[in-house]
Amino acid sequence: MGKVKVVNVSRKFTKDNDTSTLALDNVSMEVGDEDFVCFIGPSGCGKTTLLRIISGLDKPDEGEVYLDGKKIESPGPDRGMVFQEYSLFPWKSVIDNIIFGPQMQGIKKKDALKDAEKYLKLVGLQQFRDSYPYELSGGMKQRVAIARALANEPSVLLMDEPFGALDAQTRNILQQELLEIWQKKNITILFVTHSVDEAVFLADKIVLMSARPGIIKEIIHVDLPRPRDRTSLEANVLRERILKSLLKEQTR
Amino acid sequence: MVKKDFQILSGKSIELISICSAIILWQLVAVYIVQNKFYLPSFTDVTFAFVGIISKDTKLGLFGLDYQLPVLLVDLIYSLMHFWIGLIFALVIGIPVGMIMGWFRTINRVVDPLIEIIRPIPPLAWIPFAIVWIGLNPIAAGFLIFIGAVFPIIINTFTGFKSVSRVYVEAAKVLGCNTDRELIRYVALPYALPSITAGIRIAMGVGWMCLVAAEMFGVSRNGLGYKIWHHYYLHNMDLVLVYMLLLGFLGLFIDRALRYYIDGKLLKWRKGVVI
Ligand SMILES: Nc1ncnc2c1ncn2[C@@H]1O[C@H](COP(=O)(O)OP(=O)(O)OP(=O)(O)O)[C@@H](O)[C@H]1O
Ligand SMILES: [Mg+2]
Repeated sequence: MGKVKVVNVSRKFTKDNDTSTLALDNVSMEVGDEDFVCFIGPSGCGKTTLLRIISGLDKPDEGEVYLDGKKIESPGPDRGMVFQEYSLFPWKSVIDNIIFGPQMQGIKKKDALKDAEKYLKLVGLQQFRDSYPYELSGGMKQRVAIARALANEPSVLLMDEPFGALDAQTRNILQQELLEIWQKKNITILFVTHSVDEAVFLADKIVLMSARPGIIKEIIHVDLPRPRDRTSLEANVLRERILKSLLKEQTR
Repeated sequence: MVKKDFQILSGKSIELISICSAIILWQLVAVYIVQNKFYLPSFTDVTFAFVGIISKDTKLGLFGLDYQLPVLLVDLIYSLMHFWIGLIFALVIGIPVGMIMGWFRTINRVVDPLIEIIRPIPPLAWIPFAIVWIGLNPIAAGFLIFIGAVFPIIINTFTGFKSVSRVYVEAAKVLGCNTDRELIRYVALPYALPSITAGIRIAMGVGWMCLVAAEMFGVSRNGLGYKIWHHYYLHNMDLVLVYMLLLGFLGLFIDRALRYYIDGKLLKWRKGVVI
């Protein structure tokens, strides 16, 4: 199960005593179990902040966030997170990175290793089992980061522009792989992106946000059948609609 | 096999030539220009002094032991004992202090000004208090080496801990690593390890430098540093040089051995990082 409910969440960053940024202003939304939701919006509209609040790394000033009816107070293994920056522990090999979460849950190393091999296979990196992060390409690093997040068997996977630093081709491949993983593991995915193309290819629901103060402007349901064709007419129409809406945001 | 050795030698030919020329120059200057064994013993003088002292025995009277051992070995044992007493105390105190300072900001603000005031005091300035507090025994020598070694360890551990990237800490938190203790143990410590070991290397260098002075004020009748003064009072300058060179070579050896161990065993993951 992975139902996320965000209720009237506000988050204000105060610098000094007078200047402050309202990163999120009274944001409410619901995400159903096994949904794939993409967040898109201009830079600084609070996407990362929202994701961090759901993960428990940050706390809202007002409002609450619930996972399956339980209030989120702190980070927990039921919510996996893939960061925009490369976040693999550089001092651990690929396999040791993946078993880190399970070991923290107190699972024995032997059992954790057995499971980890499964996730390694899921992201297609068996060959690099004992490599260190510096030996991996950017795309491989993010694959391992996904495997590491999945190894905790979270019900929700939070992804903050995980493919932002990758080239277009690697990006397309990883998007495809992510969809396969999502379908196989039956998890809810909240995915932040800058790319309209990515959102249209991946999402069930696209959440359009606007900046200063950060609010949810519109939620678009994407009914395109899967597997999706990036170049289909319907996809193009949808892309154009989102782009126009974003453009209005920027010139506002 | 021989061929391979030869290749290694010829690969180091420039280094060899450099060392040999320095020795020849030393010999020439000592024999033809200085012409005085007291001011500058020649290479051959030193070699003979070394050969002479190698065969001398003395009694090792440590911890109730009573062995006849070569003098040099006994001196070495004493010096290493002083050195390790100081270094081990420096590690046991320096690493936790640096860790706590690096991890907890408030504690850092409490401790840092004190450290900044004490640190610039040269270790040898502590000699009077070392004698008053501890007396004339090996622990007092160890204390001076401790003073020299503890600050590089504290500071490097602190720097390593302070520079832990936020993203690793947050990644660990999301994966279920939540208490300070766990975060220090599983994230900050491994991350800071290169910095800590660099600090230990510096500390060992400084500690070794303090050794001569630490043994000078008569904490024991043996020790490489003590013997430098001993032979100076006897005007055996060739033996003074023998002990000086021994201190140099041992320092080099300790540093190399440590570096070999660190690079080979501990820091495989750093290969990609340009330092
Ligand atoms: N730790 C912080 N301290 C102060 N201000 C912050 C902090 N984190 C975020 N902000 C501010 O909150 C606002 C929202 O930031 P956030 O990182 O959520 O944006 P974002 O939508 O993820 O942007 P981007 O797409 O560029 O990553 C920004 O104006 C930012 O300056
Ligand atoms: Mg962001």
